[in-house]
Amino acid sequence: MTSSSSPASPLVDEPALSDEDLLDSLQRGAFEYFRSAYNPANGLVADRSSAASPCSIAAVGFALSSYPVAVERGWMTRDEAVERTLVTLQFFLNSPQGEAPDVTGYKGLYYHFLDMQTGRRVWRCELSLIDTALLIAGILTASTYFADSNQDETEIRRIADILYRRVDWCWAQNGKATLSQGWKPECGFLHYGWEGYTEASILYVLAIASPTYPIPKTSYRAWTSTYQWENLYGHDFLYAGPLFIHQFSHAWIDFRGIQDPFMREKHSDYFENSRQATYIQREYALRNPHGFRGYGENCWGLSAGDGPEPRIVKVDGQSHRLFGYAARGVPYGPDDGTIVPAATLASIVFAPEMTLAAMRHFREQYPEAVKDFRLPSGINPTLAVNGSRCWTTDAYVGLDQGAIVLMIENYRSGLIWKLMRQCPYIRAGLRSAEFRGGWL
Amino acid sequence: MKQEQLPSNESWTDYDQIELRNIHPREWRNPQPAQIYNLVVIGGGPAGFLTALRAVKHGAKVALVERDLLGGVCFNDGCIPSKSMIRPARLYAEMRNAENFGAQVPSGMRVDFAYVMERMRRIRARVSRRVSADRLRAAGIDVFFGQGRFAGADAIEVDGKRLHFKRALVASGARPRLPKIPGIAEAGYLTNEGLFDTTECPRRLLVIGGGPLGCELAQAFCRLGSQVSIVQDDPMFLGNEERDAAQILSDAMARDGIGIHLNTDTVRVRKEGNEKIAELVSDDYKFTIAADEILVGIGSTPNVSGMNLEAVGVDYNKEDGIPTNDYLQTSNPRIYAAGDVCSEHKFPHIETAAADIVVNNALFRGRDKLSTLAIPWCTYTDPEIAHVGLYVKEARAKGIPVKTFTVMMHDVDRAITDGEDEGFVKIHVKEGTDKIIGATVAASHAGEMISEISLAMCAGIGLGALAKVNHPYPTQGQAITMAADAYLATRQSSPMRQWLQKQWMSL
Repeated sequence: MTSSSSPASPLVDEPALSDEDLLDSLQRGAFEYFRSAYNPANGLVADRSSAASPCSIAAVGFALSSYPVAVERGWMTRDEAVERTLVTLQFFLNSPQGEAPDVTGYKGLYYHFLDMQTGRRVWRCELSLIDTALLIAGILTASTYFADSNQDETEIRRIADILYRRVDWCWAQNGKATLSQGWKPECGFLHYGWEGYTEASILYVLAIASPTYPIPKTSYRAWTSTYQWENLYGHDFLYAGPLFIHQFSHAWIDFRGIQDPFMREKHSDYFENSRQATYIQREYALRNPHGFRGYGENCWGLSAGDGPEPRIVKVDGQSHRLFGYAARGVPYGPDDGTIVPAATLASIVFAPEMTLAAMRHFREQYPEAVKDFRLPSGINPTLAVNGSRCWTTDAYVGLDQGAIVLMIENYRSGLIWKLMRQCPYIRAGLRSAEFRGGWL
Repeated sequence: MKQEQLPSNESWTDYDQIELRNIHPREWRNPQPAQIYNLVVIGGGPAGFLTALRAVKHGAKVALVERDLLGGVCFNDGCIPSKSMIRPARLYAEMRNAENFGAQVPSGMRVDFAYVMERMRRIRARVSRRVSADRLRAAGIDVFFGQGRFAGADAIEVDGKRLHFKRALVASGARPRLPKIPGIAEAGYLTNEGLFDTTECPRRLLVIGGGPLGCELAQAFCRLGSQVSIVQDDPMFLGNEERDAAQILSDAMARDGIGIHLNTDTVRVRKEGNEKIAELVSDDYKFTIAADEILVGIGSTPNVSGMNLEAVGVDYNKEDGIPTNDYLQTSNPRIYAAGDVCSEHKFPHIETAAADIVVNNALFRGRDKLSTLAIPWCTYTDPEIAHVGLYVKEARAKGIPVKTFTVMMHDVDRAITDGEDEGFVKIHVKEGTDKIIGATVAASHAGEMISEISLAMCAGIGLGALAKVNHPYPTQGQAITMAADAYLATRQSSPMRQWLQKQWMSL
């Protein structure tokens, strides 16, 4: 891993920090992760900032989508962005695929975690559908943005098309109505239950639009048939507990005003749904059923992220169970008092006032958690130790930083949404999934 | 004040003898059969004896045939003994949690497992009076002990006697499904049929199967002192139960200290000395768990053999049991089936409903349908998980648009005061209406709370009307009113109210 540019630093004077300046600094702070966690030899991006972290293919997808943002914002030259993109795409094109347990991918899909140097599978991890989808989303973002006719950008588009077309989504159905979550050479398809609304909208859109291995329309219908439409805390929404579920697909797809049959039935859309989910997160924090410290109007955001080491501790005379890394959710938990500030910030497109207020609160109350304008994937004010106001994870996570870059950009300029609106595969996938209306 | 310990006059064996005197008296002599019966029932479990009692009350001539013990699995190896263990288990859990309520954990607290089991036997013996052979005989039912076997289109043979019938009911129940795990038979294991004869709490217990029985007993044994692990091959507990409810249960069991192993198959069991070693596989992860005892709860197998069902044209399947139509008729319309022997409508708590349907349809030419009933059920873990009606996925599969009104128990004052604020009430209505199509409650007293929703469904009361039902304050049942209030809040005001809001209230 090398660093090819200077680390992030506050870009403006604190007292003069307007909303726009604050967002710019936070977006830049997040983007700088992709400089420091990047291997120029193969374009891979580390899953997290801790030493010896492997690559997460989803983080690569976010990185590929962030480079156009950086070009537009003047944080990176177009040449550098092209070079990074091309190196990354060439790596995936040439990396070994097959049934062997130590390759990069199989059937055009990729293993969740790869060695940063060799690009081969680590940790006996799974061939991951959702993470492959997030990678492909990044690849398609790049191929849409780099539209010039020069040799490099033409090559980006050529490879991107190959990589998308070779993903065998049909195989990943494993003969079932919906998509499997993953596969391992040691045991075949994983049989985790993957029902209900998740972040997989983009996965289904990409899989259904494939010119080579499309899954049937009925697959999307079968998935949405497991949805639960709930009224909770006075808000109607399609339930999913962790905040990231309501964000990831929205980093690429502009769901405003477009509806699939489910949302037509509910007179809503997925963007509005994420807005409601964000309000519910705040409502939950206000209720604070477990009495955790810090939770409140401007301190909310339960999602997947780091947390204090799993154990049972006594706080204020009460037994308190900690979960470590977990997908925390609202309202059913798990909840151990850990907030994911990065996920809070990624809600900016859905509830900007709430999110900005939360950011100012985090900076004021927990400055150690907003160091260099980069947000961590877990703070826990209930476990304040050694004079700090909260426990803070010592690592930054690539997915968090990527979601921040993309969501802030969508809020500021709509760049990624506009790009993906132009992407024929995204349009075709949405139409095949029976989305109608709005920009579609 | 020191409490005097009175000598007990009755031992465990005595309780077992009392129970046996009730449910299968040794000296019992089968009566002389009547010339013909309106109804002959095979099986003396709840579905069988309740149907017999209801039929005889309506003036029918009824015979009941039981090959073993009256009361069936529910009274002898299921609901009654397990709930008798769950109560002290919850008590111990509360004592351990006393500090969180400002009380001190009693010093020297020791689980008296032997007494827990003795109490269970005493309760079982007491409850067995309700299903005693003497009571059924006194009610006017001819009770026959022995294997009932169809011996012609209108006759059942038992103990060498021939019972002629106009209608018959097969309610022969089910027995625990045996595991097909290599080595487990040699190593030895318990099912619910042998579990309640245990006299010592196993130090380490492995529970295979995460259905209601497995979850209830895993938690009970854990709270009574066992180091418990539970293995479930599915991704969640309780089969088709609501995902969030199953997750809450999983979290609660983990909090109790139970080792949770979802998505995990038991591929082999071996015995090493006094230990039983289970070999487990979760996808590509292989590991072992050592236990002193293994409890298997992986479902049930219907009791369909030995009754000569073929002779009377009653279709059946050894795995799934006897199929019935909505009127509970088998493929022979004069013969009905109810309870665990049925391949469909296999609900654990429908005996009363089934009894009414069979009596009305079989004896009074009724057309009552099981599918029209709202049948609640409950898993008695802590928190309890109760359900009635359709699940969301079932409703959506039927093309019914669903909206769920969810109230978290952490918003219910009484649940907060009682430290029982984990869980929820979810009431599913048909979108755009207040017609309740189902509900799930996950709460400390979910089994009690679900009844109000069952009543509403049964009586055709909509969710909007439930808002007008006042509960004493504070009670946990207010969660249901709160769900109804949430429904009303989503409704548009009437034109008159809108006018008043606009005109009169716009001060």
